[in-house]
Amino acid sequence: MPNVTMTINGREMSTEVENRTLLSTALREGLKLTGTHIGCDTSQCGACVVHVDGVAVKSCSMLAVEADGATVDTIEGQASPDGSLNVIQQAFQDHHGLQCGFCTPGMVMSASALLKENPKPTEQEVRDYLEGNICRCTGYQGIVNAILAASGQDVAIAAE
Amino acid sequence: MYNFEFSKPETIQDAVEAMKSDGAQALGGGQTLLPTMKQRLASPESLVSLCGVAEMVGVCEDDAGNLSVGGATSHAQVADQAAKSYPALAALAANIGDPAVRNRGTIGGSLANNDPAACYPAAALGSGASIITNTREIAADDYFTGMFETALAEDEIITSVRFPVPQAANYQKFDQPASRFALVGVFVAKYADGVRVAVTGASNGGVFRWSEAEAALGGDFSAAAVSGLGAPSGDMIEDLHGSGAYRAHLVGVLTRRAVEACGG
Repeated sequence: MPNVTMTINGREMSTEVENRTLLSTALREGLKLTGTHIGCDTSQCGACVVHVDGVAVKSCSMLAVEADGATVDTIEGQASPDGSLNVIQQAFQDHHGLQCGFCTPGMVMSASALLKENPKPTEQEVRDYLEGNICRCTGYQGIVNAILAASGQDVAIAAE
Repeated sequence: MYNFEFSKPETIQDAVEAMKSDGAQALGGGQTLLPTMKQRLASPESLVSLCGVAEMVGVCEDDAGNLSVGGATSHAQVADQAAKSYPALAALAANIGDPAVRNRGTIGGSLANNDPAACYPAAALGSGASIITNTREIAADDYFTGMFETALAEDEIITSVRFPVPQAANYQKFDQPASRFALVGVFVAKYADGVRVAVTGASNGGVFRWSEAEAALGGDFSAAAVSGLGAPSGDMIEDLHGSGAYRAHLVGVLTRRAVEACGG
């Protein structure tokens, strides 16, 4: 079976896969990085979003063999080594950006990709960017507020 | 999904060789093919990934005013790199699927699949683009042969797509909100020698040119010129999202909006 080596959250990691193994499966089952969630497995829901070579992708719609040699960032690499949350994660907690939490890894990874491209997005830009991330609990307002807050914007004003 | 052989060539020549094996299937970004394989609606014996072919990635302009887009260029790259030279094409690419899909999906993959509701076929047909493969050049007018059908041979690879850049162009997409495909999409492009109007999402035959609108706009490039036209005839898609008559009506509405957005 092919062996895939990736630099995941700054550490080189390898795992054996089949050609048909999806990146999401390799991360979760091969490398035990279960923070990346599989919601729909049909590339609709975005719970499995990770960054591959710096851009957001749905890891359930990419083959693990395609990621051989790539730099991959997952939700596990977002907090500091001491466990303190990064600014986006903290904002999700502060602004009630999650209820059940299942979609949150993908939401945080998409938010982080957005803020890298567009550090001060408008509310509409946040909503547009989250088109491929589905949340069934929050109604999105808390998530949008969290991302606006993480970008350093005043949420009360931005939400008007 | 069923297992398969996998290769990731780095040159067009190696990709062409790999495609000669029995049951080989080219893999672009996999945003359609992988979900299809998961449902076992496709089960190729081998996949030839084109994402590692560096010469097939990127956007460049030639002296004749054409924009060439490599077959393995992602939607996000087209949205970024064509923004100055062909804004209507960049805007179309920037509104396909969602951001994560746009980072993987490729123009060659979209055109090779020829989904009847995909956006890129409208841009290619509406621009009179040339589909360039490892063996030949195919005019867009000859390329799209039906729903999910193209003039490509089984082992043929789209290496690039050449778009003549128009004087003005605009794409209007009426989103099907769940799938983010076009319920109907209309691409209007005005060239020195005439106007082209290409419609996606509406017909069971796949993307098509609305010739009555092209003739009317050729004489008078204004929304008023097309407002008197009846709906295009043809075999319209009917499904739970919209009747054939509704789609035909949308074609007229979106064509007028596209012409207005071009300043006509």
